[in-house]
Amino acid sequence: MEKLLELLERDCTMPVSALAAAAGVSADEAKAAIKQYEDNHTILGYQAIVDWDSIHKDTVTALIEVNVTPQSKDGFDRIAERIYQYDEVESMYLMSGSFDLTIIISGCTLRQVAQFVAERLAPIQGVTGTSTHFILKKYKEKHLVFQPQAPEEREYIFV
Amino acid sequence: MNYDSVLNEKIQNIKPSGIRKFFDILDEMTDVISLGIGEPDFVTPWHIRHAGICSLEQGRTKYTSNAGMLQLRREIAAYLERRFGLRYDYAGELLVTVGGSEAIDLALRVLLDPGDEVIVPTPSFVCYGPLTEMAGGIPKYLELKAANEFRLTPAELKAAITPQTKVLVLPFPCNPTGGTMDRQDLEAIAAVLRGTDIMVVSDEIYAELTYGRRHVSLANIPDMRERTVVVGGFSKSHAMTGWRMGYACAPKPIIAAMTKLHQFGIMSAPTTSQYAAVEAMRSGDEDIERMRGEYDGRRRYLVENLNRLGLYCFKPKGAFYVFPDIRSTGLTSDEFCERFLIEEKVAVIPGSAFGPGGEGFVRACYAASMRDIAEAVARLEHFVAVLSGN
Repeated sequence: MEKLLELLERDCTMPVSALAAAAGVSADEAKAAIKQYEDNHTILGYQAIVDWDSIHKDTVTALIEVNVTPQSKDGFDRIAERIYQYDEVESMYLMSGSFDLTIIISGCTLRQVAQFVAERLAPIQGVTGTSTHFILKKYKEKHLVFQPQAPEEREYIFV
Repeated sequence: MNYDSVLNEKIQNIKPSGIRKFFDILDEMTDVISLGIGEPDFVTPWHIRHAGICSLEQGRTKYTSNAGMLQLRREIAAYLERRFGLRYDYAGELLVTVGGSEAIDLALRVLLDPGDEVIVPTPSFVCYGPLTEMAGGIPKYLELKAANEFRLTPAELKAAITPQTKVLVLPFPCNPTGGTMDRQDLEAIAAVLRGTDIMVVSDEIYAELTYGRRHVSLANIPDMRERTVVVGGFSKSHAMTGWRMGYACAPKPIIAAMTKLHQFGIMSAPTTSQYAAVEAMRSGDEDIERMRGEYDGRRRYLVENLNRLGLYCFKPKGAFYVFPDIRSTGLTSDEFCERFLIEEKVAVIPGSAFGPGGEGFVRACYAASMRDIAEAVARLEHFVAVLSGN
């Protein structure tokens, strides 16, 4: 049933009958599997990938590197939880390398990002440093290209 | 100028495809879901395109040897052995051509003398008859049966052979039917051919697109290699239709003759495409599996739904076409396609375009996105309901 997950990840709006055929299972089996994946949170949700830049131009996407002091009992999880519960945080990951956490914030203005970092993130106990990067242009996300090429003009051929 | 007197008589006698009228309608329409064009909906994998680009950056812009770059021929020979157990000497038994079509054209032109007959099983791709005629031969159409899942049977072949038969075209996996010939079927054909001088042009351009069993070439069958020209290419397997890369494999005297003709007419296949093809041969097997997996899902979905809607369709095991029987609608295949296009904006191709035996069927190509196929099925459901008065 992993094939089903791959197909859903690619396009969750496909009719179940088409997903099932593509995965090589019956529609009932596909429905049951999807329900199970939803119940056990293997599937967390279904969302659209939006090119917000084409709607309004004044929002930014920021990638914030955060260094923290892990707590003796809970490690990084407790402090991560304190951060990701802010609605502004779109995604967050524990990283290997020279910093500990990566936070992604999108749909905010530059000012809102600055406020979040200065007034909410930095003061959290255990946060020892932040470094904020702004995304200048999005090319591709989840295998989708933001500005796909226009379709070529083509006469019909018989092959 | 009276062009009728200028143009070669043979080309004037070749009838233009009746499907042109249908395409004229299609060209004027917008928002059509097309299951009409027989080509992959995938773009050539990036690593293959990149290899072509790199060759240009390095200034590889000259002719190659007539038969194709040595490294490409080596790679094709290795690929054929790896994938299909076919052994050909890259140094004399393999010619790189401009698509599989050129290889078919060359093969027929070097094999046929005036009056020689060519058995062309139909429904099949439209090129074999006209190319035979231009080469001076006479096409003899052999109508394959839906009841046999459009396989060629030994009895049908035996009945079609005359003292003038020179060539048998073997178009499997088949466009438009999706029919395939497995080893057992080919053994039976071989039993008919053994002891004759009949040559076979085996168009195996869809060899990589079989579902379930791997494709078997006629050249794999004992005694058949000596009489077979295997035609292959990159268009369908690696989504490289526009690169125009094909090849032919055959015994040395045949390839030598084909190369002689190729060097006068073509010189050498496009160099950039040959560099891309080298990369496709070296590192493209995973691309083939990925695309075949996608086609397989779409095939199952389409076949299941066609049968659900009462348009009987056997489960095709090759290529990327389904060939449902539409006679239950009471329409001819031309009428069906024209009305389906105009009323529902979905393009499929009338079976009648593919020669005798195609009437009563339509060809739908499932090398289209699952979203488009699902929408086409929804529109077909509406169309069938309207036709039946529901």
